[in-house]
Amino acid sequence: MELKQYMEMGQMDELGRKDSPVHRLDARAQLVTTFAFILVVMSYSRYEVAALMPLLIYPVILMIMGGVPPGFLLRKIVIATPFALFVGVFNPFLDHQVVGRMGAYPLTGGWLSFVSIMLRFVLTVSAAVILVACTGIHRLCAGGERMGMPRVFVVQMMFLYRYFFVIGDEGLRVVRGVEMRSAGARPLGLRMYGILIGQLLLRAMDRAQRIYRAMVARGFEGEVRVLHQARWGWHETVFVVGWVAFFMGARLWNVSLLLGHRITGGVG
Amino acid sequence: MSHHLVEIKDLVFTYPDGTEALKGVSLKITHGECVAIIGGNGAGKSTLLQHLNGYLMPTSGEVRVGDFTLTRETAKDIRRCVGMVFQDPDDQLFMPTVIEDVAFGPLNLGLPARESETRALEALERVGMAHLRNRPPYKLSAGEKRAVAIATALAGLPDVLVMDEPSSNLDPRGRRRLIELLKTFEHTRMIATHDLEMVVEICPRVIVLDHGKVVVAGATPEILGDESLMLTHGLEKPHSLKHHHPH
Repeated sequence: MELKQYMEMGQMDELGRKDSPVHRLDARAQLVTTFAFILVVMSYSRYEVAALMPLLIYPVILMIMGGVPPGFLLRKIVIATPFALFVGVFNPFLDHQVVGRMGAYPLTGGWLSFVSIMLRFVLTVSAAVILVACTGIHRLCAGGERMGMPRVFVVQMMFLYRYFFVIGDEGLRVVRGVEMRSAGARPLGLRMYGILIGQLLLRAMDRAQRIYRAMVARGFEGEVRVLHQARWGWHETVFVVGWVAFFMGARLWNVSLLLGHRITGGVG
Repeated sequence: MSHHLVEIKDLVFTYPDGTEALKGVSLKITHGECVAIIGGNGAGKSTLLQHLNGYLMPTSGEVRVGDFTLTRETAKDIRRCVGMVFQDPDDQLFMPTVIEDVAFGPLNLGLPARESETRALEALERVGMAHLRNRPPYKLSAGEKRAVAIATALAGLPDVLVMDEPSSNLDPRGRRRLIELLKTFEHTRMIATHDLEMVVEICPRVIVLDHGKVVVAGATPEILGDESLMLTHGLEKPHSLKHHHPH
């Protein structure tokens, strides 16, 4: 992993510590809403593009209210883009059925479903990124635990996240060590990579052991306890009910189409 | 007050791979004492310290902290009495903010959130780091990290403080601050270290370990001042004890 990407993971942590109306919400409210959002987005038919547009309001508003920098969000989306591209990229070649026209050009179902996949991808990834950026992994885990997520699972997730940095740190150190002693040399052979990865694993295990020891020394027994346990109040209820109502509305009525009709006076 | 007492009798510890790290260590540290555990690399210092919070269990022999004799059952009680400061503060600090990290111990003791936060703040004030409470630990300087790591141990209100190399990786100013801070504590303190100048300043008594055994224990100036003894066990007579007369 490159240093820059690594630092960005830290930035995610930092965003999670900010204070904003979104951050102050109980993590459970954000979890439920994000989940509902993703379900709704996934429920659209594969040729849907216009009807999905109003849903963009959700990530945009949350991004603004939660103080998530647009550039940060964009970079996260770009990093994950190849996956969505692979899923959708063959559609235009496989599906030649003409479903509409854009000016003089025929619009095939393949292109339409490709755009739909990309749009759904952007919506769901941005919602997930905003969720983590506005809660931070610890509050998220604590929220999950209170919603009945098995404790083992919650602790696993926390450690996974914590050890990600641990392995990252060790990895950077190993890479630096290799680079310093191999300036201008031929690329490392497979055998060397094997040794390096083994080294990394051993180092990371050692460190994981030490961290665990430090946690146990301070009385950790498997339960995640946080200092500021959020409470479910009317803010949370309004947030969840409001957004879910909006998602349902957008799902049931094609808002873009209705607006279009209203503006063009029902032509088309 | 017997609960501030640390007593170790004939402690033997053999690692699963057969390495005999401790071969019958006996020592006794009384209430409020500040004792240094010194010895070369591999002398058994870290292994010894890991018994003091029940992370390792004796192969044979006995470890007593306060009213508890170390067994699997009492390990939890012993952890409450003993505050551990680990060698690498990065291992010790894992929560997203300093205050949450320091409150981690009290929360795990079952204290309510508000009280845990108060305790955490008090501990941070004690080490002069209260102003960093909302910062992420991984962004602090080495000296700040060390101080916060000490605060995490203090927040559990331990009777005994056990520290592994507290002055390592610190710049001279950070080290000086640490020494001044450690002088102000009234806990029973056990400090494993190679920093013999620090030992001269803060520990009236010293225990020398070598090859898993206590070689000698006694008053710091006498032991550290014995050049041939120091050299035999991979140590060195501190510079400050070499010149008793002004230049």
